[in-house]
Amino acid sequence: MNQPIDSRPLTAAETDALRARQRERNKVMGLILGFLVILFFAISIVKITAKPEHKGTEGAEQVEHS
Amino acid sequence: MTTANPTAMIMPADWRDFFALTKPGVMRLVIFTAVCGMLAAPGTIHPVLAFTAILCIAVGAGGAAALNQWWEADLDAVMKRTAGRPIPGGRMDRTSARDFGFALSGLSVMTMGLAIGWLAAGILAFSIFYYAYLYTVWLKPRTPQNIVIGGGAGAFPPLIGWIAVTGDITLMPVLLFLIIFMWTPPHFWALALFVQIDYSKAGIPMMPVVAGERSTRWQILAYAAVLLPLSMTPWFIGGTGMVYGLSALLLSGMFLWLSIKVGLRTSTPGDGMKPEKRLFAYSIFYLFILFAMLVADRYATILGLQA
Repeated sequence: MNQPIDSRPLTAAETDALRARQRERNKVMGLILGFLVILFFAISIVKITAKPEHKGTEGAEQVEHS
Repeated sequence: MTTANPTAMIMPADWRDFFALTKPGVMRLVIFTAVCGMLAAPGTIHPVLAFTAILCIAVGAGGAAALNQWWEADLDAVMKRTAGRPIPGGRMDRTSARDFGFALSGLSVMTMGLAIGWLAAGILAFSIFYYAYLYTVWLKPRTPQNIVIGGGAGAFPPLIGWIAVTGDITLMPVLLFLIIFMWTPPHFWALALFVQIDYSKAGIPMMPVVAGERSTRWQILAYAAVLLPLSMTPWFIGGTGMVYGLSALLLSGMFLWLSIKVGLRTSTPGDGMKPEKRLFAYSIFYLFILFAMLVADRYATILGLQA
């Protein structure tokens, strides 16, 4: 995001620090995205299994037919 | 002004600074009141969806906070209390803060709409717009009543939490909104009384700077006086029971008492502003306990401990 503005090449230490910062950011971003995947999966499951109100009990426990 | 440390700008901003941009301290109260609004609402909500709704409210508030700091970086830089924030501190460029703020806002509103409903999502979107635009950009630099209007932004979380459960707007969530709305001015002006030098330097028309201490103290007292009956209204209209009603009476009574001490006082240089600091500290405690009692009241009713 913040690209170096001056044309001076980075020193080895600066490059290392930059890489470390980027790695850390990527790690946090990865964790957040992984969490969102799980969250959206859970929301989908809840929404799919939600029964309309007049149906009553859980679908899996019902064996009767109309 | 925003590029205090040019060498630091080579580095991409630390993720911790992005986190700081969401004002985690403010978020605590946002999450707490949203959870209370949700728990006090009649009806049930699946725990996953409840968690999602709270997350969306918190992330939305974080997005609004980031947009606020993007806009106010220059003002923050001249105030001691805010000069260390990521942008004025030179640890992040403004564009990153802006993009981060818009991303959080958009993500939270979309998720709320898809997972919970579009009424809750619409109000969440409006609350972000209200704080980041109406308050930050438009009213804060223009009127000493800025805090009164800004209080509206902080008053949305319990309203959204309640609506996430019920799916419609009734009088009770609006009352919760109004309670925080009336609570904010005395809460914030108490703070403004002891940090007013900072605000005058930044050119923000904060009430003590513009209208003077005398007037600000009277207004603190006036809001606290209105808050007492207002906080008890949920009991009067039968929305809650005695557990909440009597708690509100006690808590708001104490709030009024501390406000009277602040309201009728004239400060002298070097007196440490103790009553103001005490009122500010108590006001935070007040809101936490009041909303906790709202939830306790509902569970007391469910368990048959009160009519």
